[in-house]
Amino acid sequence: MEMNETGGRDHTVSAAPYPAKPAANATGGAPPVLEMRGVTKRYPGVLANDHIDLDLRAGEIHALLGENGAGKTTLMNILYGLVEPDEGEILLDGTEVQIRGPVDAIARGISMVHQHFMLVPVLSVSDNILLGEEPMSGPIFINRAGSRRRIRELGKNFGWEIDPDQRVESLSVGWQQRVEILKALYRNARIVVLDEPTAVLTPQETKEIFTVLGKLRAEGYAIIFITHKLYEVLEVADRITVIRRGRVVGTRKPSETDEDDLAELMVGRNVELTVDRGTSHPAEPVLVVDELHAKDDRRHETVRGISLSVRGGEILGIAGVAGNGQDELVQSLTGLRRPSSGRVTIAGKDVTNHAPQSLYRAGLAHVPADRQRHGLVLSFPLDDNMVLTNYSDPPFARAGGLLRDAAAIDRRADELIAEYDVRTPSREVVAATLSGGNQQKAIVAREFSGDLRVLVLDQPTRGLDVGSIEFIHRQIIAKRDEGVAILLVSAELDEVMELSDRIAVIYRGELVATVDGRSANREKIGLLMATGRASGSGTETQPEPVRP
Amino acid sequence: MRPREWLRSAMAAATVPVLAVVLGLVAGAAVMVISNSLSTGVTDVGLPLRAYGSLLAGSLSGLDEVVRTVSEATPLILAGLSVGIGFKAGLFNIGANGQFLMGALAAAGAGAAVSGWSPLLAIPAALGAGMLAGAAYGFIPGALKAWTGAHEVVTTIMLNFIAAALIAFLVTGPLATAGASFARTGDVGNAALPLIIGRPGGTGHLGILLAVVAVPLAYLLLFRSVLGFEMRTVGANPSAALYAGMRPARLIILTMALSGLLAGTAGAGQVLGISHSISASYSTSVGFDAITIALLGRSHPIGIFFSALLFGLMRAGSALMQIRERVPVEIIDVIQAVILLFLAADIIVRTVFRIRAPGSGVAEELETVTRTYGGAA
Repeated sequence: MEMNETGGRDHTVSAAPYPAKPAANATGGAPPVLEMRGVTKRYPGVLANDHIDLDLRAGEIHALLGENGAGKTTLMNILYGLVEPDEGEILLDGTEVQIRGPVDAIARGISMVHQHFMLVPVLSVSDNILLGEEPMSGPIFINRAGSRRRIRELGKNFGWEIDPDQRVESLSVGWQQRVEILKALYRNARIVVLDEPTAVLTPQETKEIFTVLGKLRAEGYAIIFITHKLYEVLEVADRITVIRRGRVVGTRKPSETDEDDLAELMVGRNVELTVDRGTSHPAEPVLVVDELHAKDDRRHETVRGISLSVRGGEILGIAGVAGNGQDELVQSLTGLRRPSSGRVTIAGKDVTNHAPQSLYRAGLAHVPADRQRHGLVLSFPLDDNMVLTNYSDPPFARAGGLLRDAAAIDRRADELIAEYDVRTPSREVVAATLSGGNQQKAIVAREFSGDLRVLVLDQPTRGLDVGSIEFIHRQIIAKRDEGVAILLVSAELDEVMELSDRIAVIYRGELVATVDGRSANREKIGLLMATGRASGSGTETQPEPVRP
Repeated sequence: MRPREWLRSAMAAATVPVLAVVLGLVAGAAVMVISNSLSTGVTDVGLPLRAYGSLLAGSLSGLDEVVRTVSEATPLILAGLSVGIGFKAGLFNIGANGQFLMGALAAAGAGAAVSGWSPLLAIPAALGAGMLAGAAYGFIPGALKAWTGAHEVVTTIMLNFIAAALIAFLVTGPLATAGASFARTGDVGNAALPLIIGRPGGTGHLGILLAVVAVPLAYLLLFRSVLGFEMRTVGANPSAALYAGMRPARLIILTMALSGLLAGTAGAGQVLGISHSISASYSTSVGFDAITIALLGRSHPIGIFFSALLFGLMRAGSALMQIRERVPVEIIDVIQAVILLFLAADIIVRTVFRIRAPGSGVAEELETVTRTYGGAA
């Protein structure tokens, strides 16, 4: 399973923590809590939802599985009253209803936990929960005391020690999500929709949220769980509905299916969940890092003497729990952060402290972790984004680098769109309108083209669907076979293990071990990631308690 | 982009601004009717139509009127471009007023000093002095932001006051001309911009050409040059600009200097083309009108050009409106203010006209306006 980053002990525990499925509840004679019948929504040129049927019972976790752009979000927006369907009906407890907007949806007991949290960072936990329907004591003042008490009690149900006065910005992502869930429960939701709740979570936090979902199920809540991660649905869902191109292509029970079956349903063809990596032929070291030290923005040293070397034609994977210095390491190698000491060379040439443009000219390309913040300018058309890192080079700039050559840029954009199968109506649409998978493909297309020596990949497939992951993994292998030295940093241990020739484990800013990628033992790496030590089960450290 | 697509996207971009103007005119009409009825006791529903009619007559009915409209629009175009280029690079230049004043001061001072030279030398010298002074005055807040993180909104507001005070000091002292009945600079003489259109003694000066040329130049810079791409990238996503290897600090300084240069040109053009000297109390509101114009034009040179023409038209025609219909010229300020209000709160415009398409407001510019202080690159 995927949760083993914290160590090998999880297997025995993982079956137990989710409370038993109250089967009686789910098969009773009462009508489903929610039924959507023949829901259809057309956008110009797209049939976003094509006669979708979906039903949801109390005490059930119903997973909605589908690739990016399959229509999951549209369907949920219809349920939440944000989008009006062209056809179809919605029934709550067997009665047809018109949901006029989010306020109406909440009043009817439907709550949504969005992928990007809708919280006000500077407000306290309780203020965030109250926001929108503040309980008043008299005409002027908010009744905070009563709500604080209720929030604490709600939290206690799940074993959370919630401090209602804590500011949301000081909470970890996992705790922010709990605040979102409390917000739903506080408003007496019966139907809770979670849109990709695990996309932003660490493996430990994912496990905890699954426990929470199990508790909610046991208490009779009806839960819709949107995701594109196959193992997650198999782990927590009671039923799985798969949507492809706006249509329901199948409903399964976890016991009747497996990852391969679901992947094929989702993508519409046989997908290789694991790309055949073939054999690699490493040559001379190209990227060599010697005793690198770097500090984060708060001036804590987070990279503490890292030395590594990546050979041409080789993939070196960096495995580690997020926040162990990966960000600063990547930034130091790509010119976005000044290392405090150490040396970086590319093909023997010292490039320490070089600016990004100079590194690009030395043959380095960088796929950044955050495609929307760094990798793309979302408000720019795709063609501008396709030359974002080489806009000033010929042929994209002419007249001595003064003027842009629109024709050359257009040509390049068209080539890359075709070669990397970026799904877009045209090169002129703004990047923000593309799906996450296609945004990432656009970045990969841009960075993988050109004369490369070193490729730094930071979370190259985060949040992507299986089809896009497969595609990008193939491209990575292809670059390796061309002789490029590839440094792969990923929080997905599976990705690191699938692609890497060697795996280095980063722990508190140091590389604590380097192992062979093909013979690597998942449990051993998990233990190294969690503790920085290869053995000694007696010395496992308790995960740091994150408290609000 | 093909012409038809281009036209469609231009129309989409213009929707909210055009409707904001419509609502501004409606609000102006309401104010006219109500204030007229309060002061005379007569409710005259036809007044707004007659007033807007004479506004048009005063601004478009003949060559003189058109020249007046265009020359009123000239400084607005240049200052509008100044603010608009700032917006494109993610900077809110409230200092166009100060940069305008510095341009005017330098042009007046230099113009008086070279008033005896041949026009062929005197004009470039005086104009160049004004442009450079404006650029230097834009450089200061740019450098402060790039190097120390000081927010340009704060620094440019302060620099506006400093510019006004500097004029008062220099024009009463070192630059004062002898024998004038009040403190003013000497006449710019041969440095005055020649008339290119309209009747002698009118306002159809060469500076109009400068503004008209500046529009395609600004377009070329923003949308066809490498530098403009860098400026727009820094404005749209500073993190991506860093990742792409651009140098935001350098770009901020350059943008502010360029912004100042445009506003300084506007000031120099006014002095050399129309007033030929400045007094110690010389002041303007061009730099602030320019903010509304840049927003109305959605920071696009062509949009700014038409917005400035509209504002120039209202200024040129308002005198006739006041004479004929006794509607005070200040109604123009009311209309401008309401336009700005509706641009900023474009949700009102969308609701009134039931516009559903997103992205037709001035969201990006407003983000620049409201972005938290201290965002050093």
